[in-house]
Amino acid sequence: MSSWDDDDESASASASAATTDVELLKRAWRNEKAAPEVLRFDKDLVDRVREQIQLLEETLDDFADSGVDDLVVSLYQMDLDRTLFLLRSYLRLRLQKIEKYTMHISRSQDLKDRLSEQEQKFAKSCGEIMEKHLKQSVLSKLPYGYGDEFVTKQSLSSTEDDMTLVIEILHICMNCGPENGLYSLPTISSEHPDLICLFRHSVPEPQLDTFVFCKTKSDVGAFQLDDIGEEVVDLVADDLYVLRYKSIKGLVEGGRIDLI
Amino acid sequence: MAGQSDPHLSLFSPSEVEFVAEDEVVEIVPNIRMDALNMICGDFGPFFPQIPSKVPLWLAVALKKRGKCTIRTPDWMTVDRLTQVLEAERESPREFQPLPFHYIEISKLLFDHAREDISDAYLVRSLIEDIRDVRFHKVETGLETISGRTHAVKLKNLSAMEVNIVRPFMVRTLQAFYKHDSPEMIQQGDNTGSRPTQVADRGPREKVDVKSHSTSFSFLQRDLRRR
Repeated sequence: MSSWDDDDESASASASAATTDVELLKRAWRNEKAAPEVLRFDKDLVDRVREQIQLLEETLDDFADSGVDDLVVSLYQMDLDRTLFLLRSYLRLRLQKIEKYTMHISRSQDLKDRLSEQEQKFAKSCGEIMEKHLKQSVLSKLPYGYGDEFVTKQSLSSTEDDMTLVIEILHICMNCGPENGLYSLPTISSEHPDLICLFRHSVPEPQLDTFVFCKTKSDVGAFQLDDIGEEVVDLVADDLYVLRYKSIKGLVEGGRIDLI
Repeated sequence: MAGQSDPHLSLFSPSEVEFVAEDEVVEIVPNIRMDALNMICGDFGPFFPQIPSKVPLWLAVALKKRGKCTIRTPDWMTVDRLTQVLEAERESPREFQPLPFHYIEISKLLFDHAREDISDAYLVRSLIEDIRDVRFHKVETGLETISGRTHAVKLKNLSAMEVNIVRPFMVRTLQAFYKHDSPEMIQQGDNTGSRPTQVADRGPREKVDVKSHSTSFSFLQRDLRRR
């Protein structure tokens, strides 16, 4: 197997010695693409890559002034473009997820903490815009008495025909919270558990039960896929598996396994 | 695009997979003198005429396009090696032969941009196509054996592009089986069920039989005999 020596060499070299930031960003990008939920933002890494991009942009400007060979300039330009693509794609990908799961993220501090400062601002304004939209398109159109300040139990005890309306209202209840004078959620949940279930289904949530393709970096050993230890897989280094995301979540976060 | 309706099923576009493959290292023989390139993605060179040097594929292709180098065909892309691989692929119906993770993309890029640097290019190309066909047939056969008891699939040596092609089918199938297998689905026919994420207790389960490490394409399933 002599021809694999080169591969092995480069693989072990990149694993042990300096992995470039681009390589790390590429890994983060691939994981982010393959994972159903938003992953932790690596601020330091993104800052470092940004710095390098800026540095190269400045160097390219200098090159233009000092008349460096066109070929060299174009090669550096390609390197810059590739890095920019990766960074933009990574950030855009996260924004898409945040937009999709705004409500879900806003409910959990752990999820909020995964976002960068700018992303948190984005998530907040997304939520506000959605709330405003729902108010304008639903609450303001309700007959007098159902309005903003007066969503009462009356609307909830209505007939089945009004179900859709009720769900819309619940949507807004969740958004605004009881402190805004709206019907409080605990009351609804105790009296109408089925409504709450329906409502929950209407908030987009990442599907953590989905299956993902992943590659192990090193031997993980026997790994438990379920809670009760009846589904165990022996994860060997550099093998490819299709597993449930939920069960290997921890390994992804710990950087022991790469999604592909 | 097929995956457009659910972006999680078709995550990477073929061009994105190619983008990743372009970072694979190949050997070039430059015909010019050029200083070392200190790039964001790494340092390469310096380059001297006729002295082989290792660079990422995208850099090699860029230089090749401008006529500044020849690209050395990787060892695995020779008629001898590929013939061996093809034979072995055909002989072992449940195993994939080890090939570079990006063999499809690398060979495509080399055929597109450095065809004249490949000896027996025509034969090499048809061998790679045959290998792809044989391997994909195995993937398809493997898909048929997925069942409700499959909770994990091991695909040793499957390549990046093959993963990308099979992903939508594989994920959808496994998900469907998983969903219908869950006690929640069995217990309640109504739509008031709790969310799937709440399924902590999935009922008594059989032990998993993790036997086959010899095969590349193994479905890790609960052992039927213990049912």
